Amino acid sequence: MQTAEATSKIAPRPMFKTQYENYIGGKWVPPVGGEYFDNQSPVDGSLIAKMPRSKAADVDLAVDAAQKAFETWGKTSATERSKVLLQIADVIEQNLEFLARVETVENGKALRETMAADMPLVVDHFRYFAGVIRAEEGSATELNADTLSLIIKEPIGVVGQIIPWNFPLLMATWKLAPALAAGCCVVIKPAEQTPTSIAVLFELLEGIVPPGVVNIIQGFGPEAGKPLAQHKRVNKVAFTGETTTGRLIMQYASENLIPVTMELGGKSPNIFMKSIADHDDEFFDKCVEGAVMFALNQGEICTCPSRLLVQEDIYDKFIERVIQRTKAIKLGHPLDPETMMGAQASNDQYEKILSYIDIGKKEGAEVLTGGGPADSVEGGYYIQPTIFKGHNKMRIFQEEIFGPVLSVTTFKDAAEAVAIANDTLYGLGAGFWSRDAHELYTIPRQIQAGRVWVNCYHDYPAHAPFGGYKKSGFGRENHLMMLNHYRQVKNLLISYSKNKLGFF
Amino acid sequence: MNRVDITPAAADVLNKIRDEHGPLMFHQSGGCCDGSSPMCYEAGDFIIGSSDVLLGQIERCDFWMSGDQFEYWQYTHLTVDVTPGRGASFSLEIPMGVRFLIRSRLFEPDEMANLTPIHVGPLEEV
Repeated sequence: MQTAEATSKIAPRPMFKTQYENYIGGKWVPPVGGEYFDNQSPVDGSLIAKMPRSKAADVDLAVDAAQKAFETWGKTSATERSKVLLQIADVIEQNLEFLARVETVENGKALRETMAADMPLVVDHFRYFAGVIRAEEGSATELNADTLSLIIKEPIGVVGQIIPWNFPLLMATWKLAPALAAGCCVVIKPAEQTPTSIAVLFELLEGIVPPGVVNIIQGFGPEAGKPLAQHKRVNKVAFTGETTTGRLIMQYASENLIPVTMELGGKSPNIFMKSIADHDDEFFDKCVEGAVMFALNQGEICTCPSRLLVQEDIYDKFIERVIQRTKAIKLGHPLDPETMMGAQASNDQYEKILSYIDIGKKEGAEVLTGGGPADSVEGGYYIQPTIFKGHNKMRIFQEEIFGPVLSVTTFKDAAEAVAIANDTLYGLGAGFWSRDAHELYTIPRQIQAGRVWVNCYHDYPAHAPFGGYKKSGFGRENHLMMLNHYRQVKNLLISYSKNKLGFF
Repeated sequence: MNRVDITPAAADVLNKIRDEHGPLMFHQSGGCCDGSSPMCYEAGDFIIGSSDVLLGQIERCDFWMSGDQFEYWQYTHLTVDVTPGRGASFSLEIPMGVRFLIRSRLFEPDEMANLTPIHVGPLEEV
């Protein structure tokens, strides 16, 4: 009886087609080579659909379509582009629950998160970029009585975008929304672990985005991603991923002399000062949740707060509550609305995370909770949220595990906290928690990271720029400043003087 | 003492890739998503920079890592293994439905004293 009740809470698996195609020039086009690959769900290993195994010839077709579409899309008014972005947002909002289930089956993350975070953020990001381009202005400067400088922003052209698998639709949106808002046309290559949700989305968007403005090429990195990154007719490449591929893409971009933007991950510190424990109140409770944020999205976030730094005075009191809260994380079927943590996105991810848990144990780090696989659903890839106590030189403190693994250490004072926080190759995100109003400003300024969350974590609102310092990349997404990464500046320098210069 | 070794299963995959693509190289990645994974490319596809470190060879294949990452990884013995899975990235084994991954352990003190010397920066043309 109880089992039947538990089963009935699981949301229905969405219906997928048996096979999807590439999306080129507004049409669903089979891959030139006629080959497909199986996309399996990390929830239970079941088949989602067959996806096109594209190669260079398919990328060429997509770039052709994007170039053709750019002739008109690049000249559309901000009014028109804004309207398209708003329509996209509306369709997603109307289908939010369906798309959340699609994303959960595709990626393995809990429905709770796709419903409350991924999909609402997708909707809002499209609306944000629809809004900002209506308010933007160029500039006119009178350099002297006869000379006027007009600054006009022009779209850069055809953009190649390579999307990661951790937030398939949200990461695609972070890149698509500003590119479309800027007037660019896009060839997008979803990750091969999560290729289906964006195809499902663009089926829903039929008739909204003009043909060729967005083209989707499915396939494997070395076969489809690489020819896109190398393509001579692509004017800009945007990439989210890891450092070696980032360097490779920059090498290709150097051959074509085109700009790139990169978001390359991190090993984010989350710092808790002793003042947080001055009272056992709602803020202290928020701090406990802030430390447990390492488990959000199963830890598969570039900004996962995977290094917990706690002032030694409060360590025992604080860690006890953090462990307690971590143990209360409900593992289960990702489509169960009560499940708090779902499946890792793929088998190789699962293997890698377990190997790091093993490294941590062998390095002498103490397992405070978790420390192994979980068996939420047969055939899927589940790992217990795990907390290690150790020191910052250990590999589990230095290497991005990209899983629900937290490494904890203590510090004496603010100077030591900053030193530990900055002792990493990366600089994407960081967290800082305190009740001391002075510390709240001065210490985050010393942390080398593009985003420092102060008394919060894992908030990604549109209109707050997001991007990395150090080896975490460059470019700032989620903000109107991203528009300029998809544009170039046209300067019209106009003379109203009737007189010649007198040189010749 | 080698800094990096390869399992027979991974060597088998590597040799199959070589049959199709010719000479190969590895570069160890760090960071997001598929970070901390070894990337297998056609030799020369990834341009080695002046601070990249050559850890050694596995199955006639150079294994590289960026210098700053080596600072943190230098006390670790690496074994390239392979697992079923679908990693993203441009690594050449991905279409085969497998993914190279690194198994590792800390060197013992006596091993540390006898490590193969590393090479930093591009190799001279031969």
